[in-house]
Amino acid sequence: MNAALLFATTGSVLETLPVTLRDLVTGWLPEPLRWLVNSLVGVGTLLAVIGLLFAYLTLAERKILGRIQNRPGPNRTPIPFINLRFFGLAQPFADGVKAITKEDVVPDGADKVLHFLAPVALLAFSIMTLGVIPYGRHLVLLEFDAAVLYFFAAGAATELAVFMAGWASRNKYSLLAAMRALAQLISYELPLLLSVVPAVMLAGSLALPAIVEAQGGWSYGFLPQWHVFTPWGFAGFIIFFISALAESNRSPFDLPEAESELIAGHLTEYSGFKYALFFMAEYFGMCALSGMGVTLFLGGWQAPLPFLEFIPSYVWFGVKLLSLLLVFIWIRATFPRLRMDQLTRFAWKFLVPLALINLGTAAFWSLTAGWSGPLQFVRWAVALALVLVPFTLLGRRLSAGVAPRTYRYAT
Amino acid sequence: MIPLLLIAGLTLATAAVALALRNLIHSALLLIASWAGIAAFYLWAGAEFVAFAQVLVYVGAVSMVVLFAVLLTRRSRDDISVAIDSPARGIAALLTGGAVLGVLFGAVISSPLGAPAAGARPSLSVKELGLQLMGPHAAALLIVGVLLTVALLGAVVIAAGDRTDAAERKPEGNP
Amino acid sequence: MLGSGLLQGLAVTAKNFVGSFHDPARYTTVEYPEVKPALPEAYRNFPFLVSENATDPMGTLRCVACQICEKECPPQCIYIEKSKDKKPDAAGKPQIYPAIFAIDTSVCMSCQICVEVCPFDAIKMDQVFEIATTTRFEALLLNREQLAKPNSYYHGIHPTEAAEVDARLAADRKAAEEKAQAAAAAKAAAAAAAAAKAASPAPKAPDESRRSPQGEGGPPTPKPQSERGAVS
Repeated sequence: MNAALLFATTGSVLETLPVTLRDLVTGWLPEPLRWLVNSLVGVGTLLAVIGLLFAYLTLAERKILGRIQNRPGPNRTPIPFINLRFFGLAQPFADGVKAITKEDVVPDGADKVLHFLAPVALLAFSIMTLGVIPYGRHLVLLEFDAAVLYFFAAGAATELAVFMAGWASRNKYSLLAAMRALAQLISYELPLLLSVVPAVMLAGSLALPAIVEAQGGWSYGFLPQWHVFTPWGFAGFIIFFISALAESNRSPFDLPEAESELIAGHLTEYSGFKYALFFMAEYFGMCALSGMGVTLFLGGWQAPLPFLEFIPSYVWFGVKLLSLLLVFIWIRATFPRLRMDQLTRFAWKFLVPLALINLGTAAFWSLTAGWSGPLQFVRWAVALALVLVPFTLLGRRLSAGVAPRTYRYAT
Repeated sequence: MIPLLLIAGLTLATAAVALALRNLIHSALLLIASWAGIAAFYLWAGAEFVAFAQVLVYVGAVSMVVLFAVLLTRRSRDDISVAIDSPARGIAALLTGGAVLGVLFGAVISSPLGAPAAGARPSLSVKELGLQLMGPHAAALLIVGVLLTVALLGAVVIAAGDRTDAAERKPEGNP
Repeated sequence: MLGSGLLQGLAVTAKNFVGSFHDPARYTTVEYPEVKPALPEAYRNFPFLVSENATDPMGTLRCVACQICEKECPPQCIYIEKSKDKKPDAAGKPQIYPAIFAIDTSVCMSCQICVEVCPFDAIKMDQVFEIATTTRFEALLLNREQLAKPNSYYHGIHPTEAAEVDARLAADRKAAEEKAQAAAAAKAAAAAAAAAKAASPAPKAPDESRRSPQGEGGPPTPKPQSERGAVS
């Protein structure tokens, strides 16, 4: 009993630790200034943590891709002066120094202002998306009533930056890639938004903390009530995840920067630090979308089991975020790139109808929340049927005529 | 008051420059900036939902349509006519512009602009907004939806109709 | 079912990832400067000169400066000057030796023709690949001191081939000795006969008895290692 109490107290102390620390630093300031400094400290911490996450995500990605391809990945960069390799943990900083010291080449015919503005705008918008995600019970930087809308509004604005980059480079590859990127982003914006709507519907709110709260509690005392463990939530999460892959231009949807076709797409004419900014924006976008997926479907900062609640909420959020990011990398290592027509066909003929049907499933689930006893089974059966039958039928239609491919010379 | 003036100044300035510039892409981008300014105005006025919807729809989606249209239709750089084609066209443009201005002006004049109650902004949560839209304003929402659907269908019909025509005049890839 | 292929693919990569931590077959990278790669036996580049004895490499070179390799070398990267005097070779027989034997490795194309034409098994292919130097000329021109490597080294890099060569050389040597003995016996017999007769002159002794060129002049020796190299 004592131990449980200790857990509870340490849990709550750890839980509020970031806020306590911040108040310790800014507590002596006068009121209006204190609000400002509090916000700045929050923004600074977020940027530092996400920046570090970005740095080591690039390293983790290269190492995991390496392991999957039977090689170790970068492991040689030593820590300066002491010449200790330590699995190449200094690699991201070496990359950063390299990116900063490289020459920044701007093509002669480029639109100088837009060429400069594009990476800046892209990074700014992707950082803006990071602001609304609840990283812990007490760690929400921006509390909007319409946070979901804010997130996708800022995300939609990144498309503009991609277009600016492609057009301002005055390079045909860049422009083609920008057009591709726009077509892709527009196509996948719809399933992304549609897959989010059920979560909003069940919570009855567009505020992200409320959506996380709606996933709290345990059925039968130990099963977490995250959305992903319901039929509509699982389908919604898969649709969300596929669309997120496309939105963040990640493999297998990395058509805009398909190296073999378009050099580096809209990044062709960028070098040095501007290129690094694009890279950073891509990873920030990936982190933001993963964070959104965690918040909407994976229970946000909720612990997976009741007795694990003493671990602070932000740790759980971090764990979930990292595992989603690892799945991003895993998928990149596995799947080949889609063709443009396959890409758009998949979005419009498969994801959008499924997301729309999923909306109906979620509505049914929400309306039957009061059913109990044997009616529970009916509820599950109907919801599962509503998810699986359209999936099977649409899948059969989508793969009709191209079904199992045989390879004559490969075993 | 100062933020409002800043926002208004920026919005109007970007709109004006967008009209004056000869580079269509720059004009389009400035127009988008102007829309973003309007969103900022909504945000200043406390209408979060409308502001984010404005960004999502205008900056995110309509801007793409505009940019696509500009890139796919313009044949070449010299193609942009600067002078007025005929006096009749000029008069028609003036009349249309004047009519729009008149309607807007009339709406602004006739709307009751009472000074808002000091301090207490009417805070409307998203939920209430949704109830309002689905309750008293459901008819308007439906009509707008039908209108957009019809427009979309029309676009599809037009695009599907002149496939042979489209093959003849391929758009040039010139940026 | 749509998507089952995707799951299979994910399983394959996951297996590879996990396997790379415990299964050497799934983690084939050798971290080169620290760990030297295990070269296949058939790997070969740049020739070297075989000497019988590691302690006295210059004295026990198998090369007799016959200059066949110099003439056969397609890019003409071998330069040989014969010695004026003769020195005993490993078998104790006096032989001409190369006063200068140089190979320009910037020109050598590792074609192995010098090895195949050598009647004395004196030049063989090496396994060196770290021959980067800081200058383009002197450092890449290897002289006989740099080229000479003991027979034990040859056994180390190409064991099968070296064992064959050694067996052949030993057989040749033995045959030559037997022949010499037979010749000596015949000579002795003849001498005895002559002495007995005390009239006829002594017969000529066969001088070139060390080895017969026919032993080497056939088709090149088969190299079983090359097949093994292709498998690994």
